[in-house]
Amino acid sequence: MPALVRIGRTLRRTLLQAVPTILGIVILNFFLLQLAPGDAADVLAGEAGSATEESVAALRARFGLNSPVLEQLATYLGNLAQFSLGFSPRYGMPVADLIAQRLPGTLTLMAVALLIAILLGVVLGSLMATFAGRIPDRLLSVFSLLFYSIPSFWIGLMLIVLFSVKLGWLPSGGAATIGSQLKGLPALLDKARYMVLPATSLALFYVAIYARLTRAAMLEVKNQDFVRTAYAKGLTPFGVTARHILRNALIPITTMAGMHIGGMLGGAVVVETVYSWPGLGRLAFEAVMGRDFTVLLGILLLSSLLVIIANATVDLVHAWLDPRIGAR
Amino acid sequence: MAPLLQVENLTIGFPRAEPVRDLSFEMGAGETLAIVGESGSGKSLTALALMQLLPRAAQVTSGRIAFNGRDLLTLDAREMRQLRGRDIAMIFQEPMTSLNPVMSIGRQIGEVLKVHEKLSGRAARERAIELLRLVRIPAAEKRVDDYPHQLSGGMRQRVMIAMAVACRPKLLIADEPTTALDVTIQAQVLDLLDTLRRELQMAVVLITHDLGVVAQWADRVVVMYAGRKVEQALPGDLFNDPLHPYTRGLLSASPRLKNDFHYLSGRLTEIPGSIVSAAGETGCPFRPRCRQARASCSHQVPPLIVQTPDRLVACPFTSPLKAVPDAAHLSL
Repeated sequence: MPALVRIGRTLRRTLLQAVPTILGIVILNFFLLQLAPGDAADVLAGEAGSATEESVAALRARFGLNSPVLEQLATYLGNLAQFSLGFSPRYGMPVADLIAQRLPGTLTLMAVALLIAILLGVVLGSLMATFAGRIPDRLLSVFSLLFYSIPSFWIGLMLIVLFSVKLGWLPSGGAATIGSQLKGLPALLDKARYMVLPATSLALFYVAIYARLTRAAMLEVKNQDFVRTAYAKGLTPFGVTARHILRNALIPITTMAGMHIGGMLGGAVVVETVYSWPGLGRLAFEAVMGRDFTVLLGILLLSSLLVIIANATVDLVHAWLDPRIGAR
Repeated sequence: MAPLLQVENLTIGFPRAEPVRDLSFEMGAGETLAIVGESGSGKSLTALALMQLLPRAAQVTSGRIAFNGRDLLTLDAREMRQLRGRDIAMIFQEPMTSLNPVMSIGRQIGEVLKVHEKLSGRAARERAIELLRLVRIPAAEKRVDDYPHQLSGGMRQRVMIAMAVACRPKLLIADEPTTALDVTIQAQVLDLLDTLRRELQMAVVLITHDLGVVAQWADRVVVMYAGRKVEQALPGDLFNDPLHPYTRGLLSASPRLKNDFHYLSGRLTEIPGSIVSAAGETGCPFRPRCRQARASCSHQVPPLIVQTPDRLVACPFTSPLKAVPDAAHLSL
């Protein structure tokens, strides 16, 4: 079967499954958030410090917070059906605009972190598998255990201490030099400098996972018959590893990477807070503190969409990596 | 003319055992040599030693493997890689697992051509299609993009053969090539191997435990037991007049046709005991299972007695005690 047909089938199945999943996530999240005490009006009133019963009630009425829960849900779903994510009482602007401002920051941070994690993880894992049981393997195992156990906020703080405070090489926070007039390549380089530390803090935990996983997968594949066939063809050890072992070992790694995209979104909240990175994670954190549930719902919806897209991508990558998968 | 392959006193050692001991044989160009023996007799390790692909724990502790006049044991890794797949090729027992599941068969066949003949991707693909035709795979130009899971066991073994003969090797090692296949497919695959051997003038080392295969396709036979050669003969001689007690046991343990079409209704005799009993045996390795063992058998390993250049046997007590009544018409 040609590759395109295979990939098309996988894609269609994923899309059909996505619709009910998203609907379920929205409704479930809506009720969960209703369980939390307080609402946006309480917080706004508390911050103003001079609110009266009447002004709070007026706020509630204005944002529709005083209507019954089911009616609020119906309104929200109605908005969704028109591709609107609602209006944020706290920020005074449409949620969609708010998210659109923050999304690119988080997406680039996640993409760079994931790229670092997979590249570094696979390279380190291959090294560990090649030297299994010997000194390089043992040494890297210790490091991967360390990275696996240290929480990312602490790694973030320590990286700031070392690279920003002591060495002064990299900025300690933000996403770009404020007020800079750079364009084109210099602007990109400037942003990259700000990206290094947050992306590394976010990635290190996953580097550890992928390194261990690559090591285990490669050691397993190494003993299979087709590897002996490859050697019998006269391939070099590097050729056998790159063309035969690694490709088979990548299949479990892509599965894990897909599952980690959701987890990375959670990790981004912490890292974005540490590095004051203007991303979705920090917006979510602020929305929780301000009881701004429309924003939070919008973010949760988008996150679930991201996870679904990530899973679909993993399915596609699988169908490409392993011809046996699409053939079902 | 010097023989193509000359194995002299080959001994393969694991840390705690010697699965192949003092094995010698030689073969000429274009010849089919069968190595017969039960599981654990060291035949597969011998094959891997010829490829220099022994498992990490095993190594050749002494002996010499001369291929085309060059001692394989003295070659470095790079020189050996140049021989593998080009001059010496191998096909394995398990066609189900011996092909990479995530690579199309065309690319797996093409790979060996890219490595040794520096073909471009397109040329390698063209040659892969020709090779698939050569091993009689129908609709080769379509099948070339198939993945191993889309092929049957027999087809996969054909692909393995195509891969092995891609560079026209001088020596092909077939390690139980048909053991994992249907009986009906077995004969097809072996016929194909034999045809290719003649067309490409390859020598074939055929490793098997199937005496029927030996009778039909081998030029010469080496019988191995517990890592040693116990008998060597032409197939006809071996079946008509087996000399070593182990060979006799093997033959009477195989079903054979009487009058060419009826199975003998009698029970098959078995060789009592197991090959494990050879471990730690200081005398003849077969002594614990041998019916005609005598006291002297435990003193030393019996040396190979050369009866004729084609007939060697490692047993001093080979008075023609005709244990096998029928002529050798072995069933397949």
